[in-house]
Amino acid sequence: MRSQEAEKPRGNEYEPVIGLEVHAQLATNTKLFCACPTRFGDAPNTNICPVCTGQPGTLPVLNKMAVEMAIKAALALRGKIQEKSSFARKNYFYPDLPKGYQISQYEFPLSMGGFLDIEAEDKTKRISIQRIHLEEDAGKLLHDRGGIEVSHIDFNRCGVPLIEIVSGPDFSSAKEAVAYFKKLRSTLVYTDVCEGNMQEGKLRCDANISLKIPGSKKLGTRTEIKNLNSFKFLEQALIYEIQRQAKVLDNGGTVLQETLLWNELQGITFSMRSKEEAHDYRYFPDPDLLPLVVESGWVGEIEKTIPELPDAKASRFMNQHGLPSYDAKVLTAERGLADYYEECVSHHANPKKIANWILTELLCELKERGIAVSQISMPPRHLATLVASIDEGVISGTMAKSIFLEMLDTGKDPEALISEKGLTQIGDEAEIEKIVAKIIANQPENVKRYKSGKTNVLGHFVGEVMKATGGKANPKLANEILRKKLQ
Amino acid sequence: MEVTDLTVAQLSEKLVKRELSSEEITRQFLNRIERLNPKLGAYITVCPDVALEMAKTADLRMAKGDRVGPLTGVPIALKDIFITKGVLTTCASNILKNYVPPFDGTHSLRLKNAGAVLLGKLNMDEFAMGSSNEFSAFGTVKNPWAVGHVPGGSSGGSACAVAASLCIASLGTDTGGSIRYPASHCGIVGMKPTYGRVTRYGMVAFASSLDQAGPMTKTVRDCAILLNTIAGFDPNDSTSLNLPVPNYTGFLGKKVCGLKLGLPKEYFVEGVNPEVSKAVIEASKVYESLGAKLVHVTLPHTRYAVPTYYIIAPAEASANLARYDGIRYGHRSKQKDLVSLYRKSRTEGFGPEVTLRIILGTFVLSSGYYDAYYLRAQKVRTLIKNDFLQAFEKCDALLAPVAPEPAFKLGERIDDPIKMYLSDIFTIPVNLAGLPALALPCGFSGERRGHPPLPIGMQLIGRPLSEGTLFQIGYAYEQETKWHLKRPSL
Repeated sequence: MRSQEAEKPRGNEYEPVIGLEVHAQLATNTKLFCACPTRFGDAPNTNICPVCTGQPGTLPVLNKMAVEMAIKAALALRGKIQEKSSFARKNYFYPDLPKGYQISQYEFPLSMGGFLDIEAEDKTKRISIQRIHLEEDAGKLLHDRGGIEVSHIDFNRCGVPLIEIVSGPDFSSAKEAVAYFKKLRSTLVYTDVCEGNMQEGKLRCDANISLKIPGSKKLGTRTEIKNLNSFKFLEQALIYEIQRQAKVLDNGGTVLQETLLWNELQGITFSMRSKEEAHDYRYFPDPDLLPLVVESGWVGEIEKTIPELPDAKASRFMNQHGLPSYDAKVLTAERGLADYYEECVSHHANPKKIANWILTELLCELKERGIAVSQISMPPRHLATLVASIDEGVISGTMAKSIFLEMLDTGKDPEALISEKGLTQIGDEAEIEKIVAKIIANQPENVKRYKSGKTNVLGHFVGEVMKATGGKANPKLANEILRKKLQ
Repeated sequence: MEVTDLTVAQLSEKLVKRELSSEEITRQFLNRIERLNPKLGAYITVCPDVALEMAKTADLRMAKGDRVGPLTGVPIALKDIFITKGVLTTCASNILKNYVPPFDGTHSLRLKNAGAVLLGKLNMDEFAMGSSNEFSAFGTVKNPWAVGHVPGGSSGGSACAVAASLCIASLGTDTGGSIRYPASHCGIVGMKPTYGRVTRYGMVAFASSLDQAGPMTKTVRDCAILLNTIAGFDPNDSTSLNLPVPNYTGFLGKKVCGLKLGLPKEYFVEGVNPEVSKAVIEASKVYESLGAKLVHVTLPHTRYAVPTYYIIAPAEASANLARYDGIRYGHRSKQKDLVSLYRKSRTEGFGPEVTLRIILGTFVLSSGYYDAYYLRAQKVRTLIKNDFLQAFEKCDALLAPVAPEPAFKLGERIDDPIKMYLSDIFTIPVNLAGLPALALPCGFSGERRGHPPLPIGMQLIGRPLSEGTLFQIGYAYEQETKWHLKRPSL
């Protein structure tokens, strides 16, 4: 008995086996089966019609653009588009589901297979994708308005097109799962099929997780955590659930197959009581819709519209622009940022410096102000001009930083600002020599100290030159001239 | 003859000639409905204000000399399964007893555009599930020829109203025979078009792969006129056929000489009432005298049709009726929790036959049973369809009875679902195969102690999209006989 207990693995010796099901809202103008707008944020129940509210006598009609976007997403994820796929009814009762069934795809999904390469914990890993299919979203239940025992339903979201992307159970850590979720989001945003705004619910994730005893082929009982809508929550929930299951197993218990939700306030997963029983969805082919036949010609046309994806773009930045891997990855994480960067470079060919400015100055300001890349008021041309000005010695780096904020706030042209504020760097040697001469004459003690070997006094002198010129002297030039004069 | 006995064609002529106004005839119908509906139960909702307004509009159009069509100013009524904006639509169910649609279905729109006048909504078996119109939450419909007998179902109200001249024409729906069966029992004409020929948008769904809307009229000509108006592609229905609609009245009067009529042997078996067989055989002789050739054909999988249907139809219905949950419209039972709200609303709202079929349908789709029942039934369906296609290699249309016997008495079958289901034995295969079929009167059963003569109907079944040919063949028989001129005495 004792020896058996001693052989049982403890806590972190279990191998987590995790799979993710991601639901992404397609960025179409109208819903999957009717012509209602998919706009977010409108007043409740204003983007509805008889079809998406399940009135009697109504029928679904498939949105072609949704199919096109789904195909594009699947191709970007290296899925194989099925020439023929079909729609199925997934039957269950819930107030946010007007027809009492969701139109989805079951036996014959739009795309099979695929993969996404991720980097996590300094390793590259290929995550398999099992399938991608189309389905309609449900409405939104609101529990916190009006009376205590009253819930409201907003059907604006009902019928919005979704793709469900099902990964293989390939993740062995929370970090891997998050890396995948991030990369997946990035890929979907890159291809313009999803806006990726998670606060608006454009992207949600369900995680299936079980623990395996190392060396054993047998998989543990898995739980499902539903509706994780941020990278942070995904990571936290997985870490918590791994530890929770480990504790259960350590104590000799069995993990219950449950559907869980993440409570971010308490930092725990908890069971969705109402969905404890396994659902029999009674899937059957939807007789209101014809099988979806997709011609290879059309697929080929769609493939041509796929832009350069993050990995390829990052490689190009590294190879063609000489950017370090980290910089390239950060710049390409969001297509808007990569495009911004490239446009800057097209105006002024100093990619490394431009990358630097974007990664240090710009990103930091965007984060502080809560501005998205798409909302930057500073045109790329301006940033390029700013960096060019430094490179050409027109202004110093410090000066540039000082007008950067104003450029960001007002969208003003740097050249205009430079001349307005008279910031043009003094690059005239004669002028600097005059100033240097004055300083040297006024500070004989320091000159003596420098000459006696305290070379760091030079920095002080350079500072004096900068002070005397109101920061406009070219510091490099000042340094050179000082050295000459102090010899 | 009263004006309410006129056909669409006859009335349209009088209206155009200004011998009669739409308002006048609409009032006549409204009066007749008020007088006779309490006895017959054909209407659930009569909408006199709407009707008179539409009639006046039609009259104005005709007075102005606007282009009018064959339905302008013609008073019709719709089975209460059709979505009519602003007019109560109940499907004869308590669960929709307060449902006033905020939109028009395509059928309602097309008829409105044609200038037809809507008298009201007609009684039916609840959600189209039934063969006798005894399963309505709004009372039973009586057969106008013998009020102690059923009119047939589920479009019982439609058949009764047309036969009793409570409207000139009607639209019904046919999923397993629900146009043809009551048409046959009430001695009128009814057509179930090819699946996809008429849109399903605006028709409350029962079984999506089987449902079709179709005209129910006094004559074949009227039926063709109505089909002209409602047939054709509808972008709101993904299963609607995007193919041109011929002018169906153009087929009337074409000769049937040389056409081949098939008599399927499985439809003339011992269980069929001898008066029915006799009437249909006599009809075949009329065709022979007109130069048509009779051919014997076989549809070997006929006996599997009813069981197949009673798996597929309830399965689809169980999903189609899931939306009646008391949440957004219809009857809602006041409860404290969600599950009770669902349970009570639906228990209180649905009648026994609907409940039975939902449970049956849910079962055959459930995990572990889907393959054995639903999937298998769909495969048998293909065999049934192939039977017909093979038969059509030998003939141009099939001639068969509609019902195995004339209208039974009210209450006779209501406790015996199996016996009730077997009423549809000759109509169901046609729906499973998606084919068009035209029912028309071909005789009466003999007078008996206990009931007056009851109508007997026959059906012509054709290849996909052969509605024109069916009208041609049906019209030839109709013009040789006088069944279509008989009226029940009320």
